Amino acid sequence: MSYLTKSPWILHYDASSCNGCDIEVLAALTPVYDVERFGIINTGNPKHADIFLVTGSVNEQNREILKNTYDQIPNPKVVIAVGICASSGGIFRECYNVMGGIDKVIPVDVWVPGCAARPESIIDGVVKALGILEEKRKAMKIPAGDTA
Amino acid sequence: MIPEPWAAIVNAVIYLLLAPVVGGLIAGIDRRITARMQGRVGPPLLQPFYDVGKLFEKENLVVTTTQNFYVLSYLVFMAVSGALFFSGGDMLLVIFAFTLSHIFLVLGAYAAFSPYSHVGAERELIQIIAYEPMIIITAAGMYMVTKSFYVSDIVQSAVPIVLYLPGVFIGYLIVLTIKLRKSPFDLSTSHHAHQELVKGVTTDFAGPNLAKIEIAHWYEYVFLLGVVYLFFGFNPLLAIAAIIIAYFLEILIDNTTSRVKWQMTLRSAWLVAGTLGIINLGVLYYLRMVIVP
Repeated sequence: MSYLTKSPWILHYDASSCNGCDIEVLAALTPVYDVERFGIINTGNPKHADIFLVTGSVNEQNREILKNTYDQIPNPKVVIAVGICASSGGIFRECYNVMGGIDKVIPVDVWVPGCAARPESIIDGVVKALGILEEKRKAMKIPAGDTA
Repeated sequence: MIPEPWAAIVNAVIYLLLAPVVGGLIAGIDRRITARMQGRVGPPLLQPFYDVGKLFEKENLVVTTTQNFYVLSYLVFMAVSGALFFSGGDMLLVIFAFTLSHIFLVLGAYAAFSPYSHVGAERELIQIIAYEPMIIITAAGMYMVTKSFYVSDIVQSAVPIVLYLPGVFIGYLIVLTIKLRKSPFDLSTSHHAHQELVKGVTTDFAGPNLAKIEIAHWYEYVFLLGVVYLFFGFNPLLAIAAIIIAYFLEILIDNTTSRVKWQMTLRSAWLVAGTLGIINLGVLYYLRMVIVP
């Protein structure tokens, strides 16, 4: 068990969400759910983040921003697509400006279903992401060990 | 009087080894009390250590490699200023090393190109300008009472320093809010979520560099609370009680006030230094020179 899974810091990005999922993400920080119990902090800075939590579908306007933000997060990192829009584009899928789910632009590790996703399922998604984060950390360490 | 060399070295080494542990625990207690004040359960007590452990596991992403140098200098000079303090060194030298370490943090933030980092650096400079006069007045006041700038003499003095320097003590507590990065004066960076332009002065530090900044904060906590101890050096139990009460008050102020603008921070810090600090020193001078020559 590494420290990484005890202190996951989250960066929340609203790609083009209706704000339904965003409100549920923030609900997880309130005293009812209090994710800081697990060391989870909602940071506003990609360079401090471990988990990239995206709500809403990606469109032609913000694909660059989404990609840029993803690139600024130091490794190891995981991406969670929260809600049906982030997962596949949802009801906005057919819009002329919408590209679809965020996996069209950045690699996604966990998909959280729902419209809007419930805080419980978002927390569940984060817990799933921690397992993947730990695997990525181990994978990152092995090549470094070989070269040394 | 220069302190006996071996005891000084032992004290410095104890500080260098134990201060991060104590500082991290203080940060952990702080986060739990803060959470309780907000009606939450809060993170485990050892959460700050988990955070720093995690940051060392991350990739060291830098904009320019000079950032590494500046952050390391910040940590080293913070540790040096604390070590000088706990080895009973000259208070003025301690303050100079302390200020220098913050200048390295500001330079590190300026080395990155992000505008958020630059705004954070400017605000950190404003904070330094705001608290510096009061810190100097604290040292000057202690000299006027004990006739020595050496921490070893000040701490051994049987004189109840706080009774001679009540204004300076209150002034010091007010700038302590700035130094501990507590609201309403947490201009350059804050531990609270989304109260910040990205993350202020620490915006462009990631992974191990951010971990070093955190460890430097822990060293800083112990040093700053050590200065509170000096005011009550005549009675160690009272001093520890004063430290606990002072820190609890800081947490309470942090959770009950919203952040002010930088003008207000500068004004209130200088107002406190100019009134409470200077008047206290003036009265002390008058008593010493005129009443009891």
